[in-house]
Amino acid sequence: MNITRLILVAVGGQGNLLASKVIGEAALLSGIPVRMSEIHGMAQRGGVVESAIVFGDAKSTIISDGEADMLVGFEPSETLRALKKGNSKTVVITSLAPLSPFTVAIGKGVYPDLAQVQKIIRAKTARLIALDAVSLAKEAGNVMSVNMVLLGAMTQSKKLPISSEKMKEAIAATTKKAFVEINLKAFDLGFSAADKSV
Amino acid sequence: MHKLLTDSPGQTMLLLGNEAIARGAIEAGVAFASTYPGTPSSEISLNLFQVSKESDLYFEYSTNEKIAMEVAAAAAISGVRSLVMMKHVGINVAADVLMTLAYVGVKGGLVILSADDPSMFSSQNEQDNRYYAKMAGLPLLEPSSVEEAKDMVAYAFELSETLQEPVIFRTTTRINHSSAPVVLGNMKQRVTKGDFKKDPFNYVTVPAVARKLHVRLLKNLEKAEEIAESSQYNFTEGSGTWGIVCNGVSFNYASDAIRDLKIEQNVKMLRIGFSHPMPETLIKNFLKTCEKVLVIEEGEPYMEEKIKAFAQEEKLTISINGKGNHLFSRLYEFDPGMVRQVIANHFNVPYTPPQIPDLSDAPEVPQRPPNLCAGCSHRATYYAVKKAAEGMETIYPSDIGCYTLGFLPPLSMADIVVCMGASVGTSCGFSKVTDKKVIAFIGDSTFFHSGIPPLINAVFNNHNFTLVILDNGITAMTGHQPNPGVDMTEMNLSGYGQVSIENLVRAIGVPHVTVIKPFNVKKSISAIREALEFKGVSVIISREPCMLYAKSLKKLKGNRFQITDKCKNHRNCINDLGCPAFYLRKGQVKIDADLCTGCSVCAQICPEHAIAPLPRPLPEAERGVAGKKGDNV
Repeated sequence: MNITRLILVAVGGQGNLLASKVIGEAALLSGIPVRMSEIHGMAQRGGVVESAIVFGDAKSTIISDGEADMLVGFEPSETLRALKKGNSKTVVITSLAPLSPFTVAIGKGVYPDLAQVQKIIRAKTARLIALDAVSLAKEAGNVMSVNMVLLGAMTQSKKLPISSEKMKEAIAATTKKAFVEINLKAFDLGFSAADKSV
Repeated sequence: MHKLLTDSPGQTMLLLGNEAIARGAIEAGVAFASTYPGTPSSEISLNLFQVSKESDLYFEYSTNEKIAMEVAAAAAISGVRSLVMMKHVGINVAADVLMTLAYVGVKGGLVILSADDPSMFSSQNEQDNRYYAKMAGLPLLEPSSVEEAKDMVAYAFELSETLQEPVIFRTTTRINHSSAPVVLGNMKQRVTKGDFKKDPFNYVTVPAVARKLHVRLLKNLEKAEEIAESSQYNFTEGSGTWGIVCNGVSFNYASDAIRDLKIEQNVKMLRIGFSHPMPETLIKNFLKTCEKVLVIEEGEPYMEEKIKAFAQEEKLTISINGKGNHLFSRLYEFDPGMVRQVIANHFNVPYTPPQIPDLSDAPEVPQRPPNLCAGCSHRATYYAVKKAAEGMETIYPSDIGCYTLGFLPPLSMADIVVCMGASVGTSCGFSKVTDKKVIAFIGDSTFFHSGIPPLINAVFNNHNFTLVILDNGITAMTGHQPNPGVDMTEMNLSGYGQVSIENLVRAIGVPHVTVIKPFNVKKSISAIREALEFKGVSVIISREPCMLYAKSLKKLKGNRFQITDKCKNHRNCINDLGCPAFYLRKGQVKIDADLCTGCSVCAQICPEHAIAPLPRPLPEAERGVAGKKGDNV
């Protein structure tokens, strides 16, 4: 089957490894070939965490620059940093809630202007879905469900070969029972926010 | 029940490479496992540790890799199937055992797992451990995928028992940390008891015995080569005249590239999964059918050198390339696009690479390097040492662990890091040849691992430096594994001993030993200053649990802090501590209450006393972690 390449970028602790796991389980439930890779260890201490997910008949588990069909950023400046992973046909989803790196606080960098970030992403890719995943997660009942909000938005974009039902089934099977209800609500909020995004 | 004990052969499960390897060992009936944790191998042992609590599998976190290998070797010599796993540099620590264990051999299968880390995602070098197999004369297996890794582990155990030799199983990060659907197989019954039969003329490696054993090892190698010739893990695909030889993950990138470039009809590929000894006849026959050969392997030209030698023996004049300009690098990991490009160039295939967006008009994104956690005790210790050493010319040798991150500004508290234990060893040398004050840092687990012999050396040779042991009560960086200093009852585990670092240091005869609580800033600074002024070896044990570990045990106490209106923007908190809970809003310092853990260090150093506890702790729901699993390191 056709190959779809998805990159998730986040700041350590934002839950992108769990999001990848949900996507992997959903692919398994859907009978879609899937391979993923991620980086653990030192890089996770507040650094950037990247997961690559490849659907379809490929053997590779990583994605080269310029080759992602979809790029999902859990944090806007990280979305911009990872933009080289995409190309003019890439669909980009980004949360708009900034997590300023510590380097900014000690004066070793300037956080980019959010409007400019969006303008640049729009100019270089096929579509940008931008949403405040943190507010939506809070609305769902837990600030930590940012990953579920973004899963909802990814599913709405129809760029991934996975249905809403299978994604929800995987959320119910993979995340802690006590949080499933909140997680599904977060998923729905992300889904409808992406629906409204032009 | 642990998911890796699921007894339903044929079921498909999404597994991380390291889980698949652990499952492969379980399916092979592994009964004994030992390790010293190290990324990217850590989840193999973590899973086996968990499984050992639910089964008769014996598992231990050994004090270092050399010991782990010795422990497993004895079990295997006694006939018990054993697995010892470590990161690539761990093999350096265990190399002394490895080289002679190859002479001695084993009875039960022994698989030695080396997790190499091309690109150094979490390592100090990217050495290619295939050369260890060559140096030791041991068989080497390398999987290309998660599912193959599982099956190859069982093969490795069989091979080890056939040859009566340990087998080295080499992975790279992209095997360990990739996930894929894996079909479960049958689980072999574990045989947990073995027996050691005295046989000194095969086991006691005095020169007369060792000379005989080396002959046996070389004979074994010949046998191994015969097996490699027809191993299912060395196979060819396609029938063209453009030859590609590859191994490990390079096989995936090459396979995808051949399809993307539509050159299936032109290429014949040889995948080497059993890579030491190299299958001579298989390779020579392959070369004879090729017009041109490209060798695709990450790391060193291990296969390329051998293949060129084979070609020379056959007087073949075809071009064989691998590493070089416009070809592949010895540096870092490969990726699919890079492999596709080199294949296209090398075989003159028309190819337009994907257009990477031009981001020259984009604003610069500020760096986000990994950082010590908010509330990390190492930050507090570094601050106190820095203050205590003010006015001194210092050298800060440091070691391997989370605390290595203290090398970044604003702490800047590491001047040299080489390998486990080297903070103490290098301090002996630095203090002898310079007149600077040498202050070394080592974590508790690393101290047990290889910091003790150099400390004994320092006492014996009367060196002059201060060693700070950062005792956070756990092996933190690799995901909170136990070490000999850990109170195992906190993990609800019984039957373990516990070694006191303080008693150990005093027993070695260190003349000046101090224990500090680093979150008590003033007291710590004055205790450290006293230790620094001591002429001779002084040791400071800085004792405070890893914040993340304490949190996981629900032992994190203390209110979070906030900036009050007394703040006059001195910014000592930000500029001296670099705690990631701080941020600026409109030029004003703020604390992110979600990140603050209440260590109170910033409150103690604020010149205006402007940092105060929040009136009440936030309810758990606002602090909690939403169903996150697997987000540990």
